[in-house]
Amino acid sequence: MATTTTKPETLFGKKIRRREDPRLLTGTATYLDDIKMPGMHHACVVRSPHAAARIKSLNVKPALARPGVTAVFTGADVKDLGPIPCGASLPGLRTPHHHILAQDRVYLVGHPVAVVVATDRYIAADAVDLIEVDYEVLPAVSDPEKALAPGAPAVHPQWPDNTAFTFHQEGGDITGAFAQAEVVVKQRITSQRLIPTSMETRGVVADWHAGDKSLTLWSSTQIPHLLRTLLAGILGMPENHLRVITPEVGGGFGSKLNVYAEEALMAFVSMRIGKPVKWVESRRENFLCTIHGRGHVDYFELAARRDGTMLGLRLKLIQDLGAYHQLLTPAIPTLSVLMMPGLYKFKNISADIVGVFTNCTPTDAYRGAGRPEATHGIERMVDILAAELKMDPAELRRKNFVGKDEFPFQTATGLAYDSGNYVLPLDTALAEIDYPALRREQQQARASGKLMGIGLSTYGEICAIGPSPATPAGGWESATVKIEPSGKITVMTGASPHGQGEETTFAQIVADELGVDIDDVVVVHGDTAIVQYGIGTFGSRGTAIGGTALYYALQELKGKVKKFGAMLLECDDVALAGGKCVDERSGKSVPFAQVAAASYRAMKLPPNTQPGLVATYFWEPPNFTFPFGAHVVITDVDRETGQVSIRRYVAVDDCGKIINPLIVAGQVHGGVAQGLGQALWEQAVYDENGQLLSGELTDYALPRAHMMPWIESSHTETPSPVNPLGVKGVGEAGTIGCSPAVVNSVVDALSHLGVRHIDMPLTPEKVWKLIQGGRA
Amino acid sequence: MIPQDFEYSAPASLKEALELIATGERKILAGGMSLIPLMKLRLAAPEHVVDLARVPGLDYITESGGTVSIGATVTHHDLESSPVIRGRAPLLAEAAGHIGDTQVRNMGTIGGSIAHADPAADYPASLLALEAQIRLVSAKSDRTVPASDFFLDAFTTAIEPGELVLEVLVPTEEPKEGYRYEKVAHPASGFAVVGVAARIKKAGAKISMARIGVTGMSSRAFRALEAEKLLESGAGVAQAAATVAEGQEANQDLYASADYRRHLARIWAARALSVALSRAS
Amino acid sequence: MKRTIALSINGKSHADEVEPRLLLIHYLREMASLTGPHIACETSTCGACTVMLDGKAVKSCTMFAVQADGRKILTIEGLATNGKLDPLQEAFWNEHGLQCGFCTPGMILTAKQLLNDNPNPTDEEIRKSIEGNLCRCTGYQHIVNAVKAAAAKAGA
Repeated sequence: MATTTTKPETLFGKKIRRREDPRLLTGTATYLDDIKMPGMHHACVVRSPHAAARIKSLNVKPALARPGVTAVFTGADVKDLGPIPCGASLPGLRTPHHHILAQDRVYLVGHPVAVVVATDRYIAADAVDLIEVDYEVLPAVSDPEKALAPGAPAVHPQWPDNTAFTFHQEGGDITGAFAQAEVVVKQRITSQRLIPTSMETRGVVADWHAGDKSLTLWSSTQIPHLLRTLLAGILGMPENHLRVITPEVGGGFGSKLNVYAEEALMAFVSMRIGKPVKWVESRRENFLCTIHGRGHVDYFELAARRDGTMLGLRLKLIQDLGAYHQLLTPAIPTLSVLMMPGLYKFKNISADIVGVFTNCTPTDAYRGAGRPEATHGIERMVDILAAELKMDPAELRRKNFVGKDEFPFQTATGLAYDSGNYVLPLDTALAEIDYPALRREQQQARASGKLMGIGLSTYGEICAIGPSPATPAGGWESATVKIEPSGKITVMTGASPHGQGEETTFAQIVADELGVDIDDVVVVHGDTAIVQYGIGTFGSRGTAIGGTALYYALQELKGKVKKFGAMLLECDDVALAGGKCVDERSGKSVPFAQVAAASYRAMKLPPNTQPGLVATYFWEPPNFTFPFGAHVVITDVDRETGQVSIRRYVAVDDCGKIINPLIVAGQVHGGVAQGLGQALWEQAVYDENGQLLSGELTDYALPRAHMMPWIESSHTETPSPVNPLGVKGVGEAGTIGCSPAVVNSVVDALSHLGVRHIDMPLTPEKVWKLIQGGRA
Repeated sequence: MIPQDFEYSAPASLKEALELIATGERKILAGGMSLIPLMKLRLAAPEHVVDLARVPGLDYITESGGTVSIGATVTHHDLESSPVIRGRAPLLAEAAGHIGDTQVRNMGTIGGSIAHADPAADYPASLLALEAQIRLVSAKSDRTVPASDFFLDAFTTAIEPGELVLEVLVPTEEPKEGYRYEKVAHPASGFAVVGVAARIKKAGAKISMARIGVTGMSSRAFRALEAEKLLESGAGVAQAAATVAEGQEANQDLYASADYRRHLARIWAARALSVALSRAS
Repeated sequence: MKRTIALSINGKSHADEVEPRLLLIHYLREMASLTGPHIACETSTCGACTVMLDGKAVKSCTMFAVQADGRKILTIEGLATNGKLDPLQEAFWNEHGLQCGFCTPGMILTAKQLLNDNPNPTDEEIRKSIEGNLCRCTGYQHIVNAVKAAAAKAGA
């Protein structure tokens, strides 16, 4: 039988609808709260209503007396368990001991004080109200700049200056750059606190097995393996007695890239009561007790020549850390520093970070994690410089871009940008909107009293995080691929996707590499007992690193398949095509199922070959990847109300090679929505006593369908040389590119009124006041 | 998320319902769109909830003698899509379409909404502009209160203990009059930061009647009487709208200061009036 | 005091004793063992718990189970017929109208009412109809595309 060996159509680059969707579309996926177990108890956490207080007394008796209440645990019960870990290490970092329940003092609203365990969640909720806690309220501080002022209340009494760390980074000759400068522009720019707000809140189920002293813990997390390692440390339990399972995860955006008190607490509770126990976070708790993002006050100074050549950038960055360090809290602003040069070739930078304790929720990695703040800053500063020099902002950018022949490009912050063509997306976007015509329209609009703005941002980002030396916990990723005895293919990825669609993109990679039907591939993730150690999904790394690990595992596996195929076909070498091994000379072939069966049956083995068809690869990336793009936003501002409306949103992103355009478009749209949320609506607001005023979804404004503009999304494709797939990552691009484009657009609309900068969010009242009074 | 325990009754007749609410701490449940969220947050913890859903015949919309009668349990969705309301009280249909979202409009009722009297609710502005009447009944009484005497303060109405809202009576709008409900919705809650309902009747080129109701700005919805008078005496929209916030204290929150709310009330009053004027013939 | 309720869920009769304070969402999830309706807030603002009550989309977190006595409930689990996805489910799949999937059941049921009431909605009408359903992943664009595609298919 003749076999054709024409290359089958590849799936790389195709719009493949997602393989994870049928269970999600029919309501049959298993999220954390869908887990039920016989005898399962429910836990509810008692939390501090005060931002700073001493616990004078705590009476749990009335709660224990409530029928159905099984146990109540307080700080004293867990005082010997290890602290909630911080993985970031900075010189001189002060890290408060983060107990899983408050000891004698609380440091933020929502601080866990006790946990109630009951047979039913209604009873647990009732019992929380029966816990009597007597607090001596202490002064609190919620504003990072006020926290640095002399005499401010000390968040942690042992550190009266509220300073967790200072960090300095310098590259090139910053003094020289400013000495040469013909113009220096300065601006204070804030990046307000945001609440990540994954639609599914966090949750934990813990199930202790006394017989073998093992614990199974389900958590809605982005990092099952790291969680297992760190949790074992907290609990003082051998890591191999602990199994962490990630069920379906309803969004994370960085907020589930962490280790939280409740994960340790539920493990402890299950061990103490000998029963499975579930805790599901309420939205109110989610707003108070899951990490926040951003929280910057940045002072930028940009030095340039009159011709627009940018020479150097100085930054003083005040990072609101909150009351504790969560897993990566202090590391996030250091990512901002790395990103400071943006897409520009100036080689002189200086940054000083002050990490400040406040009586607020800890900040940590939220979509973009340090990079949106930096990009917002540099992209605002370029516009401010353009205004100062009366230059067109697009022209000023072009003049300072790293040229497309200058890659790899060494930045002043120590990075090597992998590849790029920065002019291309900018020019594509400007052509799309007919930039010159819009500028003319703007002149006419102004003449008739209308306010319209054209704003652009040309952003870069650091993705595929990252090479291990640059990360706190290893930056590689792992993949195992198996051809099962029946010929079906199973992939186990150490990345732990939660909405990104890697069950599909990874299956596409497998289908292409092995020439098999995508429906024969299953991608497994998120169970430490099944999947080899992995790092997780965050920092736009899933496909760029996890996909690459899979690619290399497939190359190893292919080698082995070929050996068995050649053995069965009695030839020297075979090609893989259409799910078969093919001897191209004779035209004879043998299907994978037969090859797999032979490999496991092992009646005969090729020389120096083990039975079975399994390959595992741990891939250490040699570098980050550096996606880039241009977002252009046209806004109309209602002169009478300050209301901003977005007329057009054009995004031209370059994330390297695209495996699945549907999924990439979804990531861009979602990213833009979160960027737009920051630009226009979202802000976590604390009062001076540390009470979170925007504490529910009725106060904290997420973008809703009718608030979102149509996003005109397209791509340029500059492959990354860092990995063989040529991919760069796209999870955070939309968020990073968006907010400066929006703010630049609104400032542009108001610039003739003397407005030079507006801090986010651009609420109508804020904009209206500027229209009234000019200048900010 | 979890309400405190309570006793529940679902009376099968109005008489039974009125008897149930005649004594003690009883809370009436209609669509539940205001009450249940408060109970879930334990900001409300009634001992006894009386559900009106099984009381037959409270969800009518009828018209006779120049009055549209709307039963207390008519939902916002039914009101918005009712041909009678769209034809004879279109201002109210327009306002109903702005309330909450699809799901809230499916469950929420006009009786429940006005009895709750959220200062940022949508109906009050229109009911004031329409000079609607609210019929309140108890086991012993039956009375009708003009909307202007009904909304007393934030979450406070003229409803006496033992009374419930039976129906809302709306004088029909004339086909030739113009109307408009304009709303600045809070981006998170969807409630009115400011909402303005306007009605205009013209006699030739002149405005013969103007009615303006404002919600969201103040602790209770109010009629902008001065602005109405100005319009009826020949003043322009801009001049009249400039007065709508006068003499009223204004709310403030994270989203809008008191000054900005007043400003919004003036701007949106002008805009609502302009649309109403353009619709009048 | 507990009360007995009898209702239809996805075409099947259920009868259970419930506390009056039991929210419908908890009844559906804990007693009727459904996993489609989700809980994502406690302020009735997110729409993740949306089910259809006698053909209308409602938030099952803002209803007591006792209020559903004698009524018909459709959840996402009951939307497909004989294993064949509803055109909306199919369109959400084809258009990539979901990412993490947590908001999806509520989103689809709200869109279902829209298409029942208005078979040819404009983009603006689609966006307004789902304003009570929060999605943090998609930016809504593919959801709008999906609803349009489902409408087009029904009209074809």
